[in-house]
Amino acid sequence: MSTIKDQGEIVDRPLDWQPLVLVPLLIFIALPLIGSPSTWATLTIAGLAMGMMIFIMASGLTLVFGLMDVLNFGHGAFISLGAYTTTLLLLPLSGWLVAESLMLNFVALLAMIALAMLITGIAGYFFERVIIMPVYGRHLHQILVTVGGLIVAQQIIIVLWGPIQITLPLPTALRGIIVFGDIAVERYRLIVVVIGLTVFSSMLLVLHCTKIGLLIRAGVENSEMVEALGYHLRRLFIGVFVAGSALAGLGGVMWAFYREALTPGMGLELMVLVFIVVIIGGLGSVGGCLIGALLVALTANYTGFLAPKLALGSNILLMILILLWRSRGLYSVTSR
Amino acid sequence: MSEPLLTLSTVNTHVGPYHILQGVDLTVPRGGLTALLGRNGAGKTTTLRTIMGLWHASSGTISFEGNDITAWATPDVAQLGIAYVPENMGIFGDLTVRENLLLAAREGDIDPSRLRWILELFPALRKFWSAAAGVLSGGQKQMLSIARAIIERRKLILIDEPTKGLAPSIIVSMTAAIKELKCTDTTILLVEQNFLFARALSDTVAVMDNGRVVHTGTMRALAADQSLQQRLLGLTLDSHQ
Repeated sequence: MSTIKDQGEIVDRPLDWQPLVLVPLLIFIALPLIGSPSTWATLTIAGLAMGMMIFIMASGLTLVFGLMDVLNFGHGAFISLGAYTTTLLLLPLSGWLVAESLMLNFVALLAMIALAMLITGIAGYFFERVIIMPVYGRHLHQILVTVGGLIVAQQIIIVLWGPIQITLPLPTALRGIIVFGDIAVERYRLIVVVIGLTVFSSMLLVLHCTKIGLLIRAGVENSEMVEALGYHLRRLFIGVFVAGSALAGLGGVMWAFYREALTPGMGLELMVLVFIVVIIGGLGSVGGCLIGALLVALTANYTGFLAPKLALGSNILLMILILLWRSRGLYSVTSR
Repeated sequence: MSEPLLTLSTVNTHVGPYHILQGVDLTVPRGGLTALLGRNGAGKTTTLRTIMGLWHASSGTISFEGNDITAWATPDVAQLGIAYVPENMGIFGDLTVRENLLLAAREGDIDPSRLRWILELFPALRKFWSAAAGVLSGGQKQMLSIARAIIERRKLILIDEPTKGLAPSIIVSMTAAIKELKCTDTTILLVEQNFLFARALSDTVAVMDNGRVVHTGTMRALAADQSLQQRLLGLTLDSHQ
């Protein structure tokens, strides 16, 4: 397309920069309020790690909603399922998990992630075919059947793994802290940040540099028109749903190791946070989803330290403030 | 009369509880431009959406080049070589002009010579090549919508009220562009309320009322018969000037 570039004045896409400064602004404002730089740094890194995990879980949901207008309240089932699949490898990989070698620990963690994403991806395929497909375009039905699906999944987990909490210890070499001056940072949190950034970069790469990404972005905005251009969007949607479920599974694994515990209700509990993030970010926006997740996690951490009594309501308050500023979320998709 | 490219036979379409198309019979000859005229609510947009499979006909048949496409899914209809320019233009506002066109090029990259031709038809698109399509004016969005429909060779283009809300100067450029498009081997089915625009472009015409086609013929004959215009459309082309 060099012929275009050579022709006179070209108007470029303007960057909507305002939401981008929110996270740095929040971090900056928190410093004088907290006072101690080391506490501030610890809270910030913990918030960024937590935000990355929520982003991983929420990114699939925002695309599913944006692309096909599907309200999937059952997304939490994939978070729980992903987390519980780690137990399948606890015994076979126990040697690698307790080894002092960072490499063996990583391989074991990656194997658990791969298995969780595979199983939740397959489960996502069947969930879409059996539960979602019959209720396309009917929001009330979608809410009912997906909530039902979440409850059924939770009960299946109880049947298979039992109702009590299961302890999931971190691999040996991933435990502990790294000290930078006065600042102590948990190793695992750094790993979570790296994995989160990798997922985000990969998603941006796919969305902005491939034809499939172009189709997804267009489909999020106007699915009918994409079909009128000759593309079978439902086939693409199945792929996005499977990928979204697998990402929820990945988020579940990361969260389970972060908490070092598994509970059957973890998916349901996390859904509230996930929905807040999706709404704050703007339905269908991956970039908005990341900013929303970081804001939610940082706000929860800072508020928990500064005003513990406000911690529970801080995310709702944040969502209200964002929606008062931008009623369709940080990066709304134009036609929805 | 040329061999029909598209034929609708006794097509009925229900949208929710409403019976919109009530036995539409329409023939679109191959080549040239057929205008579909009628008052608001006559069923013109529903006819286009039914052809595209966006709303399915409850009875009747739609035949394109001998294929019965009545129950076909929208992407399959589009893949036959039918493009659709909807009334709301259907532009992807978050995508750039380039990405909008790239998406419409199903066969892969955009053919450079075709792109050059399109940018000569609609020079405004060149300036906004890398801009989000959402920032374009109404006229520029309409140009992009038509450009997207013709970015690859199509057999039939369905255009729904392209002049709606556009300034007269833009309508003049749009008329010139569609006239040039007519010189290719593409057939156009145009829904329009602007009778002057339709008259300037159309070879054949069909008039709809209450979900049925009530008149078909040449535009030349309709344009010459003021009493027919008054009866079918409620006004004459001359009074519209």
